[in-house]
This record gives sequence, C-alpha cells and structure tokens, in this order.
Amino acid sequence: MDNVLTEALMRALAVGTPLLLACLGAILNERAGVVNLGAEGLMAVGALAAFAVAASSPDANLWLAVGASMLAGAALALLHAAATITLRANQFVSGLALALIGTGAAGLLGKRFEGLPLFNKVADLSLGGFTISPFTVAALLLAGAMAFWLGATRPGLALRSVGENPAAADVLGVNVGLIRVLAVLGGGALAGLAGAFLSLSYRSSWADNMTAGQGWIAVALVIFVGWRPLRAIAGALFFGFLYYLQFRLQGNSPVPTEVFSAMPFVLVLVVLALAGVRGQAGNAPAALGRAYVRGER
Amino acid sequence: MTHSSDLSGSPSAAAGAPPALRLRGITKRFPGVVANDAVDLTVHAGEVLALLGENGAGKSTLISILYGLYQPDDGTVELDGRAVRIGSPAQALRLGIGLVPQHPLLVSRHSVAENLALGGAGGLFPARRVAGRVRELSARYGLEVNPESRVSDLSPGEKQRVEIVRALLGGARVLILDEPTSVLTPQEAAGLFHVMRELKADGRSLIFISHKLDEVLAVADRVTVLRRGKVVGGVPTLGATRESLAQLMVGRSVDFTRKRAGGPGAEAGALLSVSHLSAQGSRGLPALRGVSFELRRGEVLGVAGIAGNGQSELVEVLAGLHAATGTVTLDGQPLSGDAAGRFRSGVAHIPEDRIHSGTVPSMTVAENLALRDFARPPLARGLARDLGATDERARREVEAYAVATPDIHTPTRLLSGGNIQKLILARELAGQPKLILAVHPTYGLDVGATDQVHRVLLERTQEGAGVLLVSEDLDELLSLSDRVAVMVGGSLLGPFAVSGVTRESLGLLMGGAHPHSVPGAEQGSAGVGA
Repeated sequence: MDNVLTEALMRALAVGTPLLLACLGAILNERAGVVNLGAEGLMAVGALAAFAVAASSPDANLWLAVGASMLAGAALALLHAAATITLRANQFVSGLALALIGTGAAGLLGKRFEGLPLFNKVADLSLGGFTISPFTVAALLLAGAMAFWLGATRPGLALRSVGENPAAADVLGVNVGLIRVLAVLGGGALAGLAGAFLSLSYRSSWADNMTAGQGWIAVALVIFVGWRPLRAIAGALFFGFLYYLQFRLQGNSPVPTEVFSAMPFVLVLVVLALAGVRGQAGNAPAALGRAYVRGER
Repeated sequence: MTHSSDLSGSPSAAAGAPPALRLRGITKRFPGVVANDAVDLTVHAGEVLALLGENGAGKSTLISILYGLYQPDDGTVELDGRAVRIGSPAQALRLGIGLVPQHPLLVSRHSVAENLALGGAGGLFPARRVAGRVRELSARYGLEVNPESRVSDLSPGEKQRVEIVRALLGGARVLILDEPTSVLTPQEAAGLFHVMRELKADGRSLIFISHKLDEVLAVADRVTVLRRGKVVGGVPTLGATRESLAQLMVGRSVDFTRKRAGGPGAEAGALLSVSHLSAQGSRGLPALRGVSFELRRGEVLGVAGIAGNGQSELVEVLAGLHAATGTVTLDGQPLSGDAAGRFRSGVAHIPEDRIHSGTVPSMTVAENLALRDFARPPLARGLARDLGATDERARREVEAYAVATPDIHTPTRLLSGGNIQKLILARELAGQPKLILAVHPTYGLDVGATDQVHRVLLERTQEGAGVLLVSEDLDELLSLSDRVAVMVGGSLLGPFAVSGVTRESLGLLMGGAHPHSVPGAEQGSAGVGA
C-alpha cells in the first residue's frame, strides 16, 4: 500500500512538473497585471528549442538546450508584451494568438526532429532512493523562491503593486511598463522551461503537440491556486495525480481512452467552478487584464 | 464655528529668507481654455496657505503642475529660491513636494507598510524596514497609523493619514492637501487640523485646498483665491470672514442662510414607510440592520454618515438594485420589483457615482436623457425608436436645466460633473416622481451648480414629492433637510428634527456615540411616527 502511494506521489510530481513551471510563469506575469493565455504555445516552442539544441550533436551542452528553451519562450512572449503593454491590445486575444502561433510554429519547424533520438537526456537524480528529475527539484525550489521574492523583496513588492494599482506605483516612480514587460518575459521563459522538461527529461523526444493541453491547464491552475506560488505546488500535484490516474485506468477499462484524455479539461471546468464558488476569483490582482494608461480614470 | 486664528502670522517672511515655494506667472492652456493664467503664489516655511476657488477655477491644474503631472506652458516654480523643473510625481517627491490626494492612491490589498515601502530604498523586507520610521512619524505628529493594517480595512481618514505619512517619509517640506476634509467627520477634521498645526510648527509649508470656508478660516494663515484660472486675491485669514472669502471666490455675495423655508406640516401623510429593512453588503457582511423610518409627503429627510455605513445600500435597496428583507411601502402600496418598475411607480434615483451609474459616458446627451423610457411612447412607436421625438425632448431638457453642452449629440463623457448631474436630474425628474433618492447630489459641484440642484429638489417637495438626501456634507444636510437621520454600522439613528441637531452632534453620532450621550439628539428623536 505504502509503495503504491509513494509511486503515485512520485509520478504525480513528475507529471505535475511542467504544470508547476508554466503555472509559476503565469503567476509571475499575472501578479504584474498581465494575463497570458499563450502558455500552450510558449511550452511548445520551449520544448522544440531545447530538443533542437540537444539533438544537434552527440556532445551537445544540455545547459545550452535549457537556456535555448527559456530564450525561445521569452522571445515569443515578447510579442505578447509588445502587443499588450506597448500597443495596449486586448490581453486575452493576444494570448490566444500566441498559443496558436507557438503550437503552429513548433509543429512546422519541428517536422525534421520527429522520431529523432536524443543523444543524452537530462539524467534523473537519485534522492533517498527515489529518482526525480532535476527539473522537478528546480520547479519546487523556484516556487519557494518566487513566494519569498514576491513577499519579502522590493522588486517583488513593486511587481505586486503594478498588478494591483499601477497608478499608485507610477506616481511613486515605479516604471509600470518596464516591470510588466520583464514579468511577461519571465513568464515566457518559465513556460519555455516547462517545455524543455517534456522534450529533454520526461519524454526525451520531440513530437508534434507533445504539450497536449498542459499549457491550458496551467493557465487555469493559476486561478485555482489563487495566484500563490507555494499553493501552485499543491495544485500541480493534484492535477499530476489526475493525469497519473488517467494513465493507470486507461489500459484496463472498457471506457474509451478519449474519455480519459478529456478528463483533465473537464476537471479544469469543475475546479474553476469550485474556485468561483469559494470566491477564489476575488484573489485576482486588481488590475489584472487591464492596460495601464497614465492619467485615465 | 469659531475662528481660531494662529497669531504667529506669516513667520519667515520677515527674516528675508526666500519662500519655501514660489510660483511666478504659471500659465497652462488646454484646447479652448486657459486653466492657469499667469498665476503667482508664495508659501513660506511654517505657513498654511489655503487655495480657494470654484470648480474649474484652475486649482487642480495648479496642483498637477506642482506635482509633476503637467508641465506649465509658461512661468517658473522656485523652491527655496531655486528654479526647479518638476517632471514627474516621483521627482516632485524627491524635491520635497508631497501631495495628499483627494482620493487616496493606495494598493488596497497591501498593508500600510507595504504601501509606504513602495518607492523607497533597500532590497529585502522593505515593509519591515519602513515600519519603525512610520511609528516614529506617527508619534511625532499625532498621526495614528498602524503599519500592519491592510489598507482595505482602513477608514477614509486613516487612508488619508497614510498618504500624509508617505509624503513625510519622502521628506516633503511642502505638503499639498487636496480637499482633505471632504471624507471626514467634523471630529476627524479637527484631528487633521491638529496634525497640520504640528507640521507647521515643525517649519513645513502646507497648501490647503477646500471649499469649506470655516475650515479655511480655522486652519490657514493666508488665503489665495483663484477664479477662472487667475489669482483674484490674496488675504490673511486674520480679519477675513466667510462672507468676504465667498465673495472673492464667486465674484458676488453668497447667501449662507438656510435654504429650506418651511417643511411639510404635521398633517402631511406618510409617503414612504420602511420597516425592519436588513441587507447584506457586497462582502456578505450585514450592510443594513433593521432600518425603519417614515418619509412624509413634501419632506426632505437627510441621511448623514461616514461613507460605508450602509447609506449606499439603503438607497440601492429602495431603488431596487440591492436585495433586502423587510417591508417598504410607497403611498401605501408595497414597493417591490426591479429598478425600471420602481421608476415607473415613482421612484427617481440620483446615484452616488454619477459618471458610471448615472450615465453611459460614451453615449450622447440625448441618448442618456432617454435611458429610462427610450422604448416607450412618446420616444418609441412600436418597436422603432422615434429619434425625432428623442432629440426634441433632449433639446427641451437641456434648455430647461441649463446643461452646458456643445450639442445634444455630444457624448456625456465630455461634460463636466455639474452638467452630468443636471442631465441626470432632468432625466430622473421627468416622470414627476413621488420619491427622489439623491446621493451626494452636489459632491464636487461648484456653488452655482449646487444652488441649481438644491433649488430643483426643493421645488419638487412643493409639489408633494419626498426627498431622501444622502450626503457627506453636513452643511448641505442642515441647510435642506426637515429631519436628519444618521447611519452607523448599518443602523439608522433618528430621524431627528433638524432644529434639534448641530454639526457637532451629528459628527459625534456618525463617529458611533450613543444618541443619549449627545445633547440635542435625544429630544429630536421624538419627532415623528416613532
């Protein structure tokens, strides 16, 4: 029994890692007041960039591959920043466009990597008898670091203030636009990192649509966890566990697999409805989704 | 109101030191209007200067220039004799100019300390670092502020103190207070004046902006009066009177006597009966707790209270915008249903937020005037709107209420607050309502527009309508009402006959004092119906 539970927990942690990374990225830009629905696209380009670097030669530097994924995510997110912060376009529309561009571009550019082997994947760590991906360890540490950074440092305070009341921050000389752009780039980099986990560690291969909707779940997860980095760990574990259940039940059940594949998305709806009932939506940063125009009431 | 002048006069002027702040020939033009026309102004260290003027006189523009939000087209700003350029609010703070805005600009979800730490120095634990200095300033100037409180839990007065502390933390030597008393009870205002005197004694310069002449006389050393963008006078408060200041400000003499002649006789029947009304606020907390009262035909019933004590909910419940338990009858008929149905049965609503609840800013004057009945004859024929009739009626009402608008097809967002309010009055009073719910009907309006709104409301009472007047301006309540009630924590105290209450007694009740301990309040409560 104990073994089954530990096994479930470790699998949930592994499956939940990209969710956690992408969710942390989304928390970063949403706490600064910018919604980015494009996580799915950001993860896809991140996964492809990492794989392309890692598969380029047998002795490719994996750090470089990880860096490439974050750079690719940030580069795509820069489009979102330019559209929503500089040009003040609608954040939801721009985010949706980003998701489509990201998945589409990765699918197109990734054709030649499909089915290729990875020379060396990111090796799992062995911690007290458990094997765990370094990405998972990094994601957990990152959640703690982000909670501390947001809560106890001046840049964190400035970022939160920009997301709550940009006018108040602006009057005190805080550069609202700059902070928002940096937050969106950071969010993009973390979503890219989530993609790198998939192609360098979890799957160790590239396939079109390998993100399989996890970016969308990460976007919903932000609301579920109330924009809190530490709660994101619990939220990612919860959804990771659901995915794990899905894999376990899929093989030996008369129910068609499509039902299981749809399960996370159905659960997102249920969970968001619950979050709404519990008033979780009230935790949203006050200026979330709204472009800041100086002097406008 | 006593005139407690400071006999110290204008301190450092004699010493020959340059004034703390001097404006020379400040001019600011906007398309079609000169907001500031060669404005000269000086404030010395250790002096309180009152800046007086009606709406549109150019006070806000002048403040915005001082705070770095606008650049003047002409003229110079000198601090301690040195010409400075103020490019942004942050720069104004660095130069030592602090602003306590009329509407606090704070992050409501954050703690006081977090708000104050924003824009300061130091990387780690910024809130913890600032807390000590906040306590020190609080003690030194009598500014009660708890650094750990969440801003969303603070009263308007407390938020204002946070803004003052922020300016002081930034090292402000010139402090601008923009209509600071508009959200305070008389007692809280007295507390603020105490703080202002402490700051002054410390050698800081204060610019005090207010419409309330009594306050200006009580706290300021000198008064500079703006009219239509120009300085029309500067006088020491010593020897000035309310009347002389009002005349300077408006350009004609102003009558301060009570506007209400005689209320309805005792024989007037009940128009509105409210009993045991209870309602929840937006956060699920009780906003109304068993409120009962009667409003007679032709009566003006004033409701005083600090914002957030249930006045808004009371009016929204009566207007059909907020659910409640209890019974409400109008003219003997139970009042229920939605807002549109209630309007048809004679309930007019002049809402608190005139821009966003009272009008659709992007729609035209004519459309906004037709919002209540655009779908019914005479403004519609069958399913089609009659645009000709709509425009014709709009022209008539714009004329009748003297709404200053370029055209009836101008979007209302381009209108000033006073004209928007006149437009709302025109629309709401078009249907000969029996009950008029008026919330802060003259907030932010200048003397002329205020006068017109008051006259229109009083006229309607002559025709038998009852007015429920919610206001934060006690002078307005005392000047118009027949009876005044006070709302505290969702309960209604009173109503009291207006002859039995004073500003001070109302202020104490608003602050939560028990009616029996307040002189005057008790006898009045035996007034009507109870």
